[in-house]
Amino acid sequence: MSNESAPIDLRGDRGFQDLRERIYQVAFLACAVISVLTTVGIVLSLAVPAVGFFQNVSLGEFLLGTQFSPAIRPKVFGVLPLVFGTLLITAGAGAVALPFGLLTATYLAEYAPPGRRAVLKPMLEVLAGVPTVVYGYFALVYVTPLLNAIPGLELGTFNALSASIIMGVMIIPMVSSISEDAMSAVPDSLREASYGLGATKFDVSTGVVIPSAASGIASSFVLALSRAIGETMIVVVAAGQTARFPGDVPGLLTSFFKSTQTMTSAIIQLGLSDLSGGTTAYRALFAIGLTLFVMTLVLNVVSDLLVQHYQEDYD
Amino acid sequence: MARNEDTMADGESNAGTDERLITTDVTAGLDEESTATTDSSRTVIDARNVDFYYDDVQALDDVSLSIPEGEVTAMIGPSGCGKSTFLRCINRMNDLIDIARFEGELRLRGKDVYDDDVDPVALRRRVGMVFQEPNPFPKSIYDNVAYGRRIQGMDENMDEAVEQALRRAALWDEVSDQLDKSGLDLSGGQQQRLCIARAIAVDPEVILMDEPASALDPIATSKIEDLIEELATEYTVVIVTHNMQQAARISDKTAVFLTGGELVEFGDTDRIFQDPDSDRVEDYITGKFG
Repeated sequence: MSNESAPIDLRGDRGFQDLRERIYQVAFLACAVISVLTTVGIVLSLAVPAVGFFQNVSLGEFLLGTQFSPAIRPKVFGVLPLVFGTLLITAGAGAVALPFGLLTATYLAEYAPPGRRAVLKPMLEVLAGVPTVVYGYFALVYVTPLLNAIPGLELGTFNALSASIIMGVMIIPMVSSISEDAMSAVPDSLREASYGLGATKFDVSTGVVIPSAASGIASSFVLALSRAIGETMIVVVAAGQTARFPGDVPGLLTSFFKSTQTMTSAIIQLGLSDLSGGTTAYRALFAIGLTLFVMTLVLNVVSDLLVQHYQEDYD
Repeated sequence: MARNEDTMADGESNAGTDERLITTDVTAGLDEESTATTDSSRTVIDARNVDFYYDDVQALDDVSLSIPEGEVTAMIGPSGCGKSTFLRCINRMNDLIDIARFEGELRLRGKDVYDDDVDPVALRRRVGMVFQEPNPFPKSIYDNVAYGRRIQGMDENMDEAVEQALRRAALWDEVSDQLDKSGLDLSGGQQQRLCIARAIAVDPEVILMDEPASALDPIATSKIEDLIEELATEYTVVIVTHNMQQAARISDKTAVFLTGGELVEFGDTDRIFQDPDSDRVEDYITGKFG
């Protein structure tokens, strides 16, 4: 305790503190730089071989070609069949995951008693932790035979449908978990306002909570879809390796029943084949990888824009 | 939340409740200081021996009062006295709280709203509510006002209904040219009038207001107060406020709750503020307590 008349000491330990803060700052910056540099490195390692590829195959031939046949002469490298296969399976997965995920989120956020939500949500998130190769064999060994048991449905051993369904199941937790967070963040005052006007629980959920959480729900959709676009093991194991590009709508729908190649499974095929390093077919791997990268990048940007556009602050 | 079966044993059978429209007689055995009946007007809401609990904590203790039609009834008292809890018993908003428990009788035009055959959704369509913080939906002004009518299937003549509700809430002149703007873009006072418009758009009989001006500045508050007096010409208004001057200014009847969820005195506002029966009420009103 200082004497009442003496001035108090407020000098502290400036020199040491400044040094310590500077060390922290540099350490944190270094961590941030490492991940940025890694990203740059990956993009470069994709882009450099891809440039070599485009010296042999024109950009138009690659982007607009409807045939992909890297191994058999005449070798053609049209990426459209692979993009089609990727979008087909992603659309199928979305058709499973978006409605089921959203309804699950609605149940968890609005209907489930707190105790049940505390049990169900972690259980659901376990789905996202199952190794994708396990999902792939599950689709191949159980789901395809199960679907074949449906009269009138004839699926190939490898087919896009069972891969889509299982991929959809895999991304349900992404949709439901992020959507549920967004819905739980909707303030109770809005629910009360709605109940106070004579709304039922269903009115409150569909008319107030889901619209108010639209930005979070939309970004959960986009994140889940970009996860599906990049998914590899399930399609490699269960969907087969046939690049196809149907010219009409019936062909598009029946593609679900057949072996289908995606961009990711084409990369695996090219990478595992006995192609030597310098060939055009080998370099095609990187061109496809770059295309995939651009597609997911676009989706992430779309996700950000959606969030900004629908952003509601509730005050 | 289950209604306690004890209420069936207090001398009245449930079978008779539907026929009895108005209960004006003071039931024997009631604490006389907690009850006031008015000869001049019809009773809309009639509470008898209401107890209310959050788990083991008693929030209302044997509250009985009759709220008259077409007047403003204010509920005042210190924080935690149970005034908001009582308000939320009227439209069963407390049903949303798992641990809440209601005992006693609470009649809306003679019908006990805690009877088994009462749907809280149907009840809330006749008893509107305005909350402490303005809580417009993140939708357009128009959709905010139309929301209640839409969920109730009152879809016809929506444009007129929205305009009329906004006019009654004294907001039309400020928003008529920007109905598709978000309700969240309005000022706090405008948001609260929007919430009032939203509540009256469905044409309820009773409007409950839970400290509707406590989050507003003095000018916005005075607009809301003018509006409340105006609304009382068409609706029965029950308002909870912690502001005694506000209660004195705008209400016809005042109920004073004190700690422990006890209704200490209920009567004409002028009399409560000038010459209360209870010393405790006098102490509270003159600022010696609370």
